[in-house]
Amino acid sequence: MTLFIEQLINGLQLGTMLFLMASGLTLIFGVMGLINLAHGSFYMVGAYATALVSAATGSFLIGLAAGITAAAAVGALVELIVIRRLYHRPHLDQVLATFALILIFSEGTRWLFGSSPLWLNAPAALSGSIALPGGSRYPIYRLVIIAVGIMVAVGMYILISRTRLGMRIRAGESDREMIGALGVNIARLYTLVFAMGAALAGLAGAMVGALQSVQVGMGQPVLILAFVVIVIGGIGSIKGALYGAILVGVVDTLGRVFLPLFFRQFMTSSEAAGVGSALAAMLIYILMALILAFKPKGLFAAHD
Amino acid sequence: MIKSTTSSLAPHRELPAPTASWHDRKGLVQIGLLAVLLLAPLAAYFLGHVYYVNLASRVTLIAMAAVGLNLAIGYGGMVSFGHAAYFGLGGYVAGISAYHAFDLTPVIAWPIAIPGSDSMLAIWLAAIVVCGLLALAIGAVSLRTTGVYFIMITLAFAQMVYYFANSWPTYGGEDGLPIYLRNSLPMVDTQDPLTFFLICFGGLLLSLALTSRIMKSRFGAALTMARLNETRLATAGIAPYPIRLVAFVISAMITGLAGALYADLNGFVSPTMLSWHMSGELMVIVILGGVGRLYGPLAGAILFVMMETLLGGLTEYWKLFLGLVLLGVVLFAKHGVMGWLAGREHP
Amino acid sequence: MKKLASAGLGLLMTASMMTAAQAEEVKIGMITTLSGGGSHLGVDVRDGFMLAIERAGRDDIEVLVQDDGNRPDLARSLANEFMQRDEVDILTGIIFSNLAMAVVPAAVRQGTFYLSPNAGPSDLAGRMCHENYFNVAYQNDNLHGAMGAYMREQGFEKPIIMAPNYPAGTDALAGFKHLYEGEVVDEIYTQMGQTDYAAEIAQIRSSDADSLFFFLPGGMGISFMKQWQNSGVDMPVFGAAFSFDEIIIKAVGSAAIGAMNTSLWAYDLDNEANHAFVEAFRETYGRTPTLYAAQGYDTANLILSALEKAHPDDQDAFREALREADFDSVRGEFRFGPNHHPIQDIYVREVVEGDDGEPTNRLVGIAVEDIQDVYHTQCEM
Repeated sequence: MTLFIEQLINGLQLGTMLFLMASGLTLIFGVMGLINLAHGSFYMVGAYATALVSAATGSFLIGLAAGITAAAAVGALVELIVIRRLYHRPHLDQVLATFALILIFSEGTRWLFGSSPLWLNAPAALSGSIALPGGSRYPIYRLVIIAVGIMVAVGMYILISRTRLGMRIRAGESDREMIGALGVNIARLYTLVFAMGAALAGLAGAMVGALQSVQVGMGQPVLILAFVVIVIGGIGSIKGALYGAILVGVVDTLGRVFLPLFFRQFMTSSEAAGVGSALAAMLIYILMALILAFKPKGLFAAHD
Repeated sequence: MIKSTTSSLAPHRELPAPTASWHDRKGLVQIGLLAVLLLAPLAAYFLGHVYYVNLASRVTLIAMAAVGLNLAIGYGGMVSFGHAAYFGLGGYVAGISAYHAFDLTPVIAWPIAIPGSDSMLAIWLAAIVVCGLLALAIGAVSLRTTGVYFIMITLAFAQMVYYFANSWPTYGGEDGLPIYLRNSLPMVDTQDPLTFFLICFGGLLLSLALTSRIMKSRFGAALTMARLNETRLATAGIAPYPIRLVAFVISAMITGLAGALYADLNGFVSPTMLSWHMSGELMVIVILGGVGRLYGPLAGAILFVMMETLLGGLTEYWKLFLGLVLLGVVLFAKHGVMGWLAGREHP
Repeated sequence: MKKLASAGLGLLMTASMMTAAQAEEVKIGMITTLSGGGSHLGVDVRDGFMLAIERAGRDDIEVLVQDDGNRPDLARSLANEFMQRDEVDILTGIIFSNLAMAVVPAAVRQGTFYLSPNAGPSDLAGRMCHENYFNVAYQNDNLHGAMGAYMREQGFEKPIIMAPNYPAGTDALAGFKHLYEGEVVDEIYTQMGQTDYAAEIAQIRSSDADSLFFFLPGGMGISFMKQWQNSGVDMPVFGAAFSFDEIIIKAVGSAAIGAMNTSLWAYDLDNEANHAFVEAFRETYGRTPTLYAAQGYDTANLILSALEKAHPDDQDAFREALREADFDSVRGEFRFGPNHHPIQDIYVREVVEGDDGEPTNRLVGIAVEDIQDVYHTQCEM
């Protein structure tokens, strides 16, 4: 039972990591109607900048700030040069252009920083673990990630429902022509939103990078998962991204742990581990297909 | 160019006045493309450069897979991000069938015994049927969604197939499945590179002819109408869903057949053929050539494979330059290579 | 008369030198992974290989290098390009087993030599072995099996073992169990490319295992080790060198310290060839070589030693020369078994803190002497 609860926390934690990534992606889609396959590249930029700067300064916090800033800056730059030409284009063109951006970012990073993975660890104050009731232990840094995820969720809620910028974002989501008529500088709003989305991805990359391998292409597996999350939640909906992320995190974690145990009842240990983990790999995609089969616009569709 | 502010999937086109010279130019470009693809390997073969014959087969099969995808994306407006599933499945049909023919074991022992076979004709038929069935199941669910949801759900299904193939040990899992001897056809030596190229070329011609035929039929008109104006189609008393589903299935069958031949060309099939990068590449080729242009996939495939081969020989950072070229094409050559070579086309 | 004889001899010599010069042109095609995930392996194999060629100072050897992008179909196409257009005599370079399976069987059947500097799938050692295929690195099971033997010898009784769910992963665990011979507490299969291991770590913690053996190559191993350190689980960690090469442990940082790993080579291995190699590599590329660089270097030196005796055009003679493995391997003694796979010592290394404060591998001892893969019995050559 303790194990089950611990795995549930692990699922929540994976969910918050995914939310950090998915929130930016869904924000960009909600406001600009843009499919951004290159979102994983901002994740990578955030992790690289954090790794390089914290190695140089010896401070994870300075590195983190640098990571978020770098991702936001790169995001703004990409929006100004490439993305703004794509808003009126069909999704197909957006997919191709951002696919090209993935190639450019991945290979460009490799050119600049080499093929070897970089070193990036959580700050010493946050390493180690604390005791959970029931005799188990949980890493502090993972609890910090959960906290950051909750802060981002709350922050975005306040931003969107309580601020002027949020009002414009909401206006943009419901009617893109209207906000232009209201005298809002759409071009600037779009750049801002895109940079914000990139900064969120950069934050995710920097935080999770301390638990992961910081290397070229690190954004791709998480990008696909983030897409699953926002599609399940309903594209454009921050709330949907939150619920979708937690659902995917929990289902994926529990599936990985308990499917092999389940199959062990009918077969040998090796076979069960193989079959169970094969099925676990497909589980979230099965979940997504099931949800879309019944709710073709996801759980919390924001708009079309 | 009519600018649309919605996120509609319909390619934007205007109606140019069709003139005789415009038709001639398009026809010339199409014949030119086919001639280059046919004559280059012939010349290479007789000059003794077998490598270029195989390269041409590769171009032909990738083009054929993209012709299938183009039917869904370009003509049907269904942006499938999961066509690698059919490409790879076609490949696995060829691989698995040959594997069992080699081992003299049945592919399925129960409820009816299906033996393995190394006959290309049987394999092609099986690839078409199996891919069609998979597309029927996937399409039936996916076509309930539209827009980005459709893109992502097709991706999700393809990922399922990918992970399944990756972790299922019987047919090699991630290591893939080798085909030791190229599968055979009666009275023809398929081992000969030129013969095999001609088979592939025949397949490409057939798929082009089929697509052209479909789009000129009443069914094609309905498919176009389903893409451009669903309501008008509905008022004519035709439901768009079955039309789209049939087109989706045919599209998957063409791509699957190309996959079966591709496995035979490489003598090898692996989950890489099923990965989302493969789906992305097929999309890139369709867009590169010109969405909804009959010969677009052919132009796209020639350009893509040439870039891959030439850039790969020049620098280890070739993907960077590939990315820059692709970006340039999307931003500045909106109608793809065919739009640039043969002028724009009316719907 | 004497004069005439010497003139005749001179003429004969010039003639023979000319034919030798013509025949000596050798083309080597290297297909390796230089872009995307896992590219540091390919870069090191290439750099090690090229270092040996340069040190030999032979300008009659041409090495063509192409990036396979870790894609089997591209690797296959490149192999065709090398064999059919460039007419290379020898192919080499592939890092990953699934790419090797796509390229090697067809290449060797067409009469090209293939020397593997890294991948060693079981099929190529067993039922699909071929007289033109030589593996200069290891058979995939070697390092895992050696660790199994070492852990049993060290008295660990309840290991828990973990690998990704793909052929090399299941082979790794099977290889481990084969030489460990005892019961394992549990087997955990992870996903390919998985980045979060919280669930697996919780599972390991709740088991009553006394040690952990894992095979998670590349970035997966980095992610796991970082998360493992934070989890506070106190259990000795064992693995194969694939998760502990010099580049990976630098990225893992202090979390790697104390981990034991098996390798066919160590940079502090005490032999003359190795001293020269490590020094030259550091001087040329400014970093410590990994085992992949050592394998690339050995592969090139094996080719060079065989070229001293025969040209690849004389297939039988060249094959015989390769089989003799008459070169100074950086890993000490090296010889081929009947299936052209190495019979070699597997060493144990421990990750320690180096003089510069960065983690580094230190040689501890020999895990298994003269290890040979089990598949050679299936090989009919």
